[in-house]
Amino acid sequence: MEMEELAVGKSWVHGIDPRLKIVIMLVFSILVALNNNIHVVTASLLLSILLIVTARLDVRFMLRRLGMVNGFILFLWFFMPFTASGENIYSLGPIDIKREGVHQALLITIKSNAIVMMGITMLGTSSVFSLIHAMSHLYVPDKIVHLFFFCFGYIHVINDEHQRLKNAMRMRGFRPRTNMHTYKSYSYLVGMLLIRSFDRSRRILQAMKCRGFRNKFYILHHYEMKKFDYAVAFSSVAFALFILVLN
Amino acid sequence: MTSRNEPATISLKSICFDYSGGQILNNLNLEIEKRDRIGLLGPNGCGKTTLSHIIMGLLTPVSGTIEIFGKRMESEKDFSSVRGKIGFMFQDSDDQLFCPTVIEDVAFGPLNLGQSPEQARQTVKRTLRSLNLEGFEERVTYKLSGGEKRLVSLATVLAMEPEFLILDEPTTGLDEQTTERLVEILTQSELGYMIISHDRDFVKRTTNKLLQLKDGQIYQADNLS
Repeated sequence: MEMEELAVGKSWVHGIDPRLKIVIMLVFSILVALNNNIHVVTASLLLSILLIVTARLDVRFMLRRLGMVNGFILFLWFFMPFTASGENIYSLGPIDIKREGVHQALLITIKSNAIVMMGITMLGTSSVFSLIHAMSHLYVPDKIVHLFFFCFGYIHVINDEHQRLKNAMRMRGFRPRTNMHTYKSYSYLVGMLLIRSFDRSRRILQAMKCRGFRNKFYILHHYEMKKFDYAVAFSSVAFALFILVLN
Repeated sequence: MTSRNEPATISLKSICFDYSGGQILNNLNLEIEKRDRIGLLGPNGCGKTTLSHIIMGLLTPVSGTIEIFGKRMESEKDFSSVRGKIGFMFQDSDDQLFCPTVIEDVAFGPLNLGQSPEQARQTVKRTLRSLNLEGFEERVTYKLSGGEKRLVSLATVLAMEPEFLILDEPTTGLDEQTTERLVEILTQSELGYMIISHDRDFVKRTTNKLLQLKDGQIYQADNLS
């Protein structure tokens, strides 16, 4: 199970301080999501594309990810242009296509793509653990940080366990079909995974206690903002102001 | 067993423990000295792991007393103050290793014991070197092989500079080569330890005193050929 495909790589985007990346992502998403000016939104999309190109990310991988998002958005195009009220721009037999509907669907499409692309370039180019680490530096509550930390840390172990159970089922001739036996077997599988994960979490806590854990995590690495990070921060603020002013 | 100048490292008296299935430890007594090298044998489910968890304070016995370094252990607080001195290695390395990178995992114990990040880094380096694991610092723990995981687990325990080790089934799932390395590391170490294992050959090579857990009590196991 590979989940950090983009995190390995060397570009200026990879080198940005993870704390800054999270802040940029957050501000960018909010500004773009709340903006209804099609020109500004398009400019944001162009910025996202520019970042992807300069971060030298795998384009095919990117398109696959965007394909997933746009799969959902496609559904909007099936009904939004026809259900909005307002001016007709085209009539397809009995069906009217409304200007307002097309406009809204277009806005949503551009916004989603801009935000997702920005998310992939900003967050995808850091390892998950460095982002979690950055969250704790950004004063995200400890409980949330630890939740992320352990979820991601043990997702591989749980996935392995899942694969093992599934293979064991297959070895004994299990084939998923649409019947009670299949549903029951799957629910056993999920139940078993839950119980095992629970047991494991208990053992992990015990192992941590044995190593002197007293409910407090100490951080080994600390981040430092470099000149380059300040430059990135400055340009981000400039872009944010640009969006706000145009709005 | 040895002169009584210093108190026994671990001393258990009349320990009883029940699981819902029945009594698992029955009036168990055990004295461990600092330099002891003990192999603890016994069939599956006889309570070996339970016993070790009681020593570490992870389980509370129904009755009996536990003394560690001559100090009576009664509360979680008592245990947490001595856990750093008794290194415990878990059966499953995936339980032991929870940090993303080796350096963070090995540094976890030292940081908990109050070392500064800089000191902890030095400790990690020293520990890894002593186990021939140089250059492992930035390796991702879940991507290590089974044998490497076991050695790194040992490093996480040794980094706390314990005075005694308890190893729960250390050879499970290890290949011959890693087992050999483990034998080498243990026999060359100056620490006392207790090894819980089924692997008689391994236990015979690394320990000089064999105990058997049977019917909830400890017996000397003299001859295990």
